Amino acid sequence: MNKVGIVATGITPFTMDDKKIESVLLESTKELLKNNPSIPKNEIDSVIVSTNNNSKYLSPILSEMIGIKPKIAHSIENLCNSGTNSIVSGYSYIASGLADLVLISGAERYDSPGQILDWDNSRGAFKHPIFWASIFTSAYKREFSIKDEDLAIISVKNHKHAQKNPNALSKKTYSINDVINSKAITGDLKLLDCSRSCTGSASILLASEKIAKEISDNPVWITGIGQKTISAGFTKNDSLSSMESTKISSKNALKMAQKEIEQIDVAEIHDAFSVCEPMALESIGFTNSGNGLKFAKELHESDNFKINPRGGLIGSGHPLGATGIAQTIEIVQQLQSKAHNRQVENAKTGLVHNMSAAATSSTVLVLET
Amino acid sequence: MSFESELSNGNFCIPKCTNCTKIVWPPSEFCDGCYGIVSLLKGNFEGEIIEFSQDSHGYFCMVEFVEKIRIMARKKEQPQIGQIVKISTCGIKDESYFFEII
Repeated sequence: MNKVGIVATGITPFTMDDKKIESVLLESTKELLKNNPSIPKNEIDSVIVSTNNNSKYLSPILSEMIGIKPKIAHSIENLCNSGTNSIVSGYSYIASGLADLVLISGAERYDSPGQILDWDNSRGAFKHPIFWASIFTSAYKREFSIKDEDLAIISVKNHKHAQKNPNALSKKTYSINDVINSKAITGDLKLLDCSRSCTGSASILLASEKIAKEISDNPVWITGIGQKTISAGFTKNDSLSSMESTKISSKNALKMAQKEIEQIDVAEIHDAFSVCEPMALESIGFTNSGNGLKFAKELHESDNFKINPRGGLIGSGHPLGATGIAQTIEIVQQLQSKAHNRQVENAKTGLVHNMSAAATSSTVLVLET
Repeated sequence: MSFESELSNGNFCIPKCTNCTKIVWPPSEFCDGCYGIVSLLKGNFEGEIIEFSQDSHGYFCMVEFVEKIRIMARKKEQPQIGQIVKISTCGIKDESYFFEII
């Protein structure tokens, strides 16, 4: 299997702007090409667009807008983990020898149709993500005797991190009291426990080992991939306080990379809602069950940016199709020591966790310098 | 009649494969195990509340019926974990299923 490296990235600020999806998509792609003038644009042989937007034929459209004629061009939609699914598909094209240089661009508008999974009728009238998040939160609090103020540390930490990310949607820090006194969305969920759907795009360029070494001084290698789909329907989750798909995908990603969890220096975790972060930390293996919040609190109190340095989804915003790519870009920047004032010292190995629809599916990537 | 036709008439049925007898959930015309034809069991089924929360309209609960059939349902009174309940009202509104339990 050919080795696959990340050789260039492009990302623009996440906003609530009302723009055409094609314009949003072009923004980060343009940024990628502008920041990396040595990239042989005409040698990009695959273009994958990650989005939940209903506009059609976006990958050929993007290709035409940047003036290239790739061999492979198509879109990928898989709700919130469309981005990392696109990266895995691009990886596979290169690893198999079908392509050498793959552009992956994710984009979404603030009004993304990907927020609601209409098919899942087992949710009854409760199809908005706030309902599965409330059930997860209630179950997690019940099982581990957690209070709202304990959970609020995730939002406080991630909004704090976001202030060091110039592309983040959040422009403000919050206290524990701010979080628990923010608007009640349900009995178990406050407004500041939620990530916000927004407008944004993120792009990444993957290359085969030979090309990566030609066009980049410091490529970041994708050394581990794990994916698992348990179901499409939320109610098929056996556990409501842990993430089965995340457990399996992280185990497989670490195994492929021949790494132990203790060797992960920095990680992006899919904190769509506050409760998702401790659940994911525990399911990935950073801590034992029930200790995720204690772990996050210790990091927050010591100003350690190891988990969600860019502010996670809660701080950065959540443009669904761009999220997994933005998470990956953050880890690339951390491993290349280009994360400025949110840099985790000496980061050599990083992990990306991106999931969809109440963790019915997860993707985990391990990246290394 | 299909599961959805029955549901539209206010009847919650349990889909079961006529070939291998597997309970098929979510409802489908064909069994997800052997692809046999699915029939509908009618009855006043009991389920157990396994989790709940609330919004401005009342409580919403995850309820588990036989063989891990789970639905999200509305409940007016305070629920309890482990409480045994029955569906009082169900149907389809705006292309979504809805369930109320007592």
